[in-house]
Amino acid sequence: MTEEILRVENLNKFYGDRHILHDINFTLHQGEVLTLLGPSGSGKSTLIRCLNGLEDFSSGAVYFKGEKIKPTDKNWQEIRQKIGMVFQSYDLFPNLTVMENILLAPTKVQKRAKDQVAQEAEGLLKDVGLEKYADSYPRELSGGQKQRIAIVRALIMHPEVMLLDEVTASLDPEMVRGILQIMTKLSKKHHMTMIIVTHEMGFAEQIADQVLFLEDGRILENTPGKAFFAQPKTERARDFLESMDF
Amino acid sequence: MNWQVISHSLPIFAQAFKLTLWLSLVGILGSLIVGALSSLIQYFKVPILSQLFTAYVELARNTPLLIQLFFLYYAFPVIGLKMSATTCGIIGLIFLGGAYMAEGFTGGFSGVNQTQIDNGKALGMNNLQLARYVVFPQGFALSMPALAANVIFLIKETSIFSVIAIPELTNTALDLIGMYYRSNEYLFVLVVAYAIVLIPVILLLNLLERRVRYGTFGD
Amino acid sequence: MEHSVINVLFVGNNFARIMQGLWTSVWISVDSLAAGLVLGTLLGILRTLPSKPLRFILRLYLEFFRIVPTIVLLYLVYYILPRSFNISWPASWMAILAFALWVAAEFSDIVRGAIESVPVTQKESGLALGLSKTQLFRYVLLPQAVQLELPATINLATRVIKTTSLLMMISIMDVIAIGQQIIEANNQKYPTAVFWIYGLIFILYFIIDYPLSLWSKKLAAKENR
Repeated sequence: MTEEILRVENLNKFYGDRHILHDINFTLHQGEVLTLLGPSGSGKSTLIRCLNGLEDFSSGAVYFKGEKIKPTDKNWQEIRQKIGMVFQSYDLFPNLTVMENILLAPTKVQKRAKDQVAQEAEGLLKDVGLEKYADSYPRELSGGQKQRIAIVRALIMHPEVMLLDEVTASLDPEMVRGILQIMTKLSKKHHMTMIIVTHEMGFAEQIADQVLFLEDGRILENTPGKAFFAQPKTERARDFLESMDF
Repeated sequence: MNWQVISHSLPIFAQAFKLTLWLSLVGILGSLIVGALSSLIQYFKVPILSQLFTAYVELARNTPLLIQLFFLYYAFPVIGLKMSATTCGIIGLIFLGGAYMAEGFTGGFSGVNQTQIDNGKALGMNNLQLARYVVFPQGFALSMPALAANVIFLIKETSIFSVIAIPELTNTALDLIGMYYRSNEYLFVLVVAYAIVLIPVILLLNLLERRVRYGTFGD
Repeated sequence: MEHSVINVLFVGNNFARIMQGLWTSVWISVDSLAAGLVLGTLLGILRTLPSKPLRFILRLYLEFFRIVPTIVLLYLVYYILPRSFNISWPASWMAILAFALWVAAEFSDIVRGAIESVPVTQKESGLALGLSKTQLFRYVLLPQAVQLELPATINLATRVIKTTSLLMMISIMDVIAIGQQIIEANNQKYPTAVFWIYGLIFILYFIIDYPLSLWSKKLAAKENR
């Protein structure tokens, strides 16, 4: 068994009286890809945002490499340097160039040497086919290009796990495939540990090592491998897969 | 309108003009610093300090500069704090302006998208880094229109310094009217003087506003 | 110290006189606002009409009031009316005139902004229903504009109230002028009078203005939601 990276234990979240997440439990190991599926409003985004402290939770715990994360602002801020995240809304910092966007956190947060990081950034930009855009501003890029930069910006922090929250959901269809390819490459070639929230079922089946199916804030199914897609255990999951036209 | 009266008064007005400019500049810079600081403290809800600054902003914004100046200039000496009129004027203007600028910045900061802040946090930034690299640069661009309006407002507020006998433009005009009983001429010069100060400032701020906005958001 | 507060504020009719002075400031604010809002609405509507020369003149009017400090406006009216036009009004009327013209200028811009920010589709659906231009203003644009402009209007009111602190400059017996009289009368016996009187006036202004700005902020926040 490979090393455990993230473990979630009995996590519950309330918004006032509303119970948003019910007793969430799962474990994620080094190099694994977990896909988080479920209808919209099922709590997928809330859950993934709990994993790096963007949302706080009411009870339960998150463990990073076997160590329980104390949910203080300071602690989360440290941990977030090891947990990269990319969002649905490809928000680059609009006042900075592509290169400045990429360099900001490694140089200011991690205090790494600028020229070294810049060199690495060039390599990563080349990997995603955007080496020519280093000095462009976000406004000059398409949505797909911005999302690729956002991925680079997260990768350059050398995260041990990446959280990808519907990263293709606001993109034009022709941009989606490029982003999916980048994620596939990250997994297959670099063995990046990832949690992916997505509505792209074909992609999810192809990349998943573990599937969580969420509805109304509950995990209805937690299935290793790709068995979920062939034989969903619950009716809800079957309905969901059918409705996704899969 | 007697042009000779006007031309004779010009050297005196020139002195007052310089003083008005100087007081405005110091007041505006001070207000920007106090305002930015106070707004950031409120934004990040720093305990105790943020409540204190909120109280300050409300007190300063909801009372007239004139009474603030009277208090500084006439009432403070009673409790042993005697300051020159000019010092009182500058402190009063910064007290008032700091609160207005704080409101301006707060408006801008609250316009920064939550997703931008999430992005900064997800990259491991702490509050100070978030303020420095995300909230401030984007919020500043958004608050520009309010800040620019405050700059103009504060320049005009220096006219109230006349009540504690600081020889700025308005005070000078009133003195001259009192001495020579030539109200039309001196009031004319006074209005023109304010136009000469404010029109370039208004045009410059418009330009700057567009520049900053474009530099930040590209529209 | 405590003793002097009581003596200065509450002995004789001092407190009543201060309140009377405050009343003067308040009614001058109310009158100026009432006149200014009416004139400002008119000017604001005129500024949305296509006539270029009209818009230019009204814009000049606005810019004049943007550039000239209120205290200077007060003196302009105070000196020019009697001396150049031989009009001898009570000082309070002159103050109301100056403030009303200033309020009208500022409010015309608020009204114009609000009318222009009513969505075009609203205007088009009004016209499509066969409303005339006046009916369109009366039933569609103005009611929606009033909602949009309310926070800015309340803000303007707080500014007018603060600006009444200048009334003493043209010898109106406002709250500050009366305060000064009380201070002078008590100066020998109670040198701290100045502290209490100006302190009280400071608080009085705050008590009037703070609820208004709170209200305006609440409305603005609701609109942004």
